Amino acid sequence: MNFQLTEERQMLQDGLRRFLADAVTPQALKAAEETGSSPEIWAGLAEMGVAGALFTEEQGGFGGMGFDLMTVFEELGRAGATEPLLEILLAGGLIAELGDAAQQALVEQAAEGGLQLALAHGEPASRFDLERVETRAVKAGEAWTLSGRKSVVVNGAQADRIVVSARTAGEVGDRDGISLFLLPKGTAGVEIRDYPLSQGGRAAELVLENVELPADALLGEEGRALDAIETAQARGTAALCADALGAMETARALTGDYLKTRKQFGQPIGKFQALQHRAAEMLIEIEQARSAVINLCGHLEADRATREIHVSATKHLVGKAARLVAEESIQMHGGIGVTEEYDLGRFARRLSMLDQRFGDATYHLGRFVRLKAA
Amino acid sequence: MDLNFTDEQKAFRAEVRSFLEQKLPKRLSDKVRLGQRLTKDDYEEWHAILNERGWLAGNWPKEHGGAGWNAVERHIFEEETTAAHAPRIVPFGLAMLGPVLQKFGSKEQQEYWLPRILNGDDWWCQGYSEPGAGSDLASVKTTAVRDGDHYVVNGQKTWTTLGQHANMIFCLVRTSKEGKPQEGISFLLVDMNDPGVTVRPIVLIDGEAEVNEVFFDNVRVPAENLVGEENKGWTYAKYLLTHERTNIAGVGFANAGLANLKRIASLEQSNGRPLIEDPLFAAQIAEVEIALMAMATTNLRVVSAAAAGQAPGAESSMLKIKGTVLRQEINALTKQAVGPYAMPFVSEALEAGSNVGPVGPDYAMSATPHYLNNRKLSIYGGSNEVQKTIIAKAILEL
Repeated sequence: MNFQLTEERQMLQDGLRRFLADAVTPQALKAAEETGSSPEIWAGLAEMGVAGALFTEEQGGFGGMGFDLMTVFEELGRAGATEPLLEILLAGGLIAELGDAAQQALVEQAAEGGLQLALAHGEPASRFDLERVETRAVKAGEAWTLSGRKSVVVNGAQADRIVVSARTAGEVGDRDGISLFLLPKGTAGVEIRDYPLSQGGRAAELVLENVELPADALLGEEGRALDAIETAQARGTAALCADALGAMETARALTGDYLKTRKQFGQPIGKFQALQHRAAEMLIEIEQARSAVINLCGHLEADRATREIHVSATKHLVGKAARLVAEESIQMHGGIGVTEEYDLGRFARRLSMLDQRFGDATYHLGRFVRLKAA
Repeated sequence: MDLNFTDEQKAFRAEVRSFLEQKLPKRLSDKVRLGQRLTKDDYEEWHAILNERGWLAGNWPKEHGGAGWNAVERHIFEEETTAAHAPRIVPFGLAMLGPVLQKFGSKEQQEYWLPRILNGDDWWCQGYSEPGAGSDLASVKTTAVRDGDHYVVNGQKTWTTLGQHANMIFCLVRTSKEGKPQEGISFLLVDMNDPGVTVRPIVLIDGEAEVNEVFFDNVRVPAENLVGEENKGWTYAKYLLTHERTNIAGVGFANAGLANLKRIASLEQSNGRPLIEDPLFAAQIAEVEIALMAMATTNLRVVSAAAAGQAPGAESSMLKIKGTVLRQEINALTKQAVGPYAMPFVSEALEAGSNVGPVGPDYAMSATPHYLNNRKLSIYGGSNEVQKTIIAKAILEL
């Protein structure tokens, strides 16, 4: 047993924390809100080679293990950075796992910060069910034709390449018959509606109408993409939960400072036992969340059944903890906690959106029960 | 013990319902149903419709132009209007200032201000909280110093809801530093168009600016705008808190929110079935519903006692806590029900008539803003922690 970060990861964590503490300014956040990414932060992350930590050496990176993800994303959450690195992890991970040599060159480019990526998998009616793909891809001669809708595609309008899923066989809800394609920016027939997200960053609704793609746009084997999508989402869930952990740490720190400095009834409000106990409760749940993230990151490379049990256990627990920390931090701040001006607001918003991506706490509770029974 | 409404009360409910069917503009109820933002004109339009029927001030006695309803009738009106998605009645003039003037104001003040409230001539806002006086309201620092036949007011108020629409503000101001902090507070009416008054909006985390800071820089207020006696303002503020809180539980809002939640959960699909059929999600809705059924009866018990002339004590605080926590839970479940479509934040779509439509289904667009905005419920009007302290004091007698 050893719960210390390796020396390399410790250095990455320290460097990233220092960089983001300075770089995440209101101006940078504004830029990211308008364009999906702040040029300064994105360039800084590229210079540090942060995206490289998301991939293994054979994929062109220097990390790629669960604890590499935890190291990177906890710091993004702690600083409240809204750069679309998670999209590099999701889409880049799929390209790295399934792509041919030419396609894999894209991962290297993305790892160096030279390429924006997105994953378009969710659809208006799919909610959190990975196999509910209605978008269709039909092969005619050497070309593919895609039609359908993709919803809340994070970084969708900004991505140079979108990894898009479509059904090449079977019925909606079948695990088999789902394929992935690489969609270059600006492809004809793709209608994009770009909008901001509550947690920061941007997403898009995609309408694909007879979108023609060449044969080599297919990523991996036809009809057999779901396992890889599930793996990518498991890794994405670990990253997102680590992000929430970092955001919870910041919310806790802000709340602790406030309890010590805000005075009412002639004393700092932190002197009131009612608030002390609630602050303690919050801390206990954050430590639970940290252990849950460690559990998932430590099992990302395990067999599917083991990994997915940890995915659901962690997403459930961290989802509940994030809600508690967001709501209690606001409550202990009082009115100031719901203002845009004060820093807590954007962290509370970020935490409150954790449940909306990759499945909420209730969804994963049910899934945990089913996986354990299997 | 009889859980039924009387025939008169049932007839009253039917009358309210039929009035709403005929008079509530669909344009307004659509906005409320979708959680879109209401403008000043929207509120004023609805107030005028109610005033024409004599129903704008349900809690005021008839002699002052009110409906003279008892607490049960007010409760029925509240239930029906929220179920019909009517705009809420802006409470500052009607529910807050009006009763204080009727109880403590001079005859001249009553005759001048009360009709203006009913007719919408003035839009009132509340000047209670300050940056240093939130839960500890008695520590207000805004001063009013007598100078001839005026008071000169200096200081700052905050969290002034809809202050951007207001031309008048009723304030708790410090007129004496002698004795306990509560003993030096006065209740003063200030014209916001007077020189020296500045309003600055505060943007909240849902992107809306419904609250404001109000600054007073040597504002000269006629002495006749003092309500009641100097240094007795705390008593008037407390009167307002104990006597005007029968609606504090927000049962109507909770019921409307629950109905909306169930509708969304029946439209959303999870695993190929309606979300409402997911046993875990259904159980969460059921827990809220069960608690709400009980709270509605607690509320009616308090309402009945109030109708019989008893002043509610700690029950107000209990209802405030239970009601706000339930409404927040309904907001959280609604955000959950909407799923990924709770993430898009398209502020323009919340303005009716804008050419920017919602992303995803129309019921999704207000889920996150409402969830975030309603975190205020457990903070304002005496935070839930303050309410718990009131309850504990009442039962422990320490």
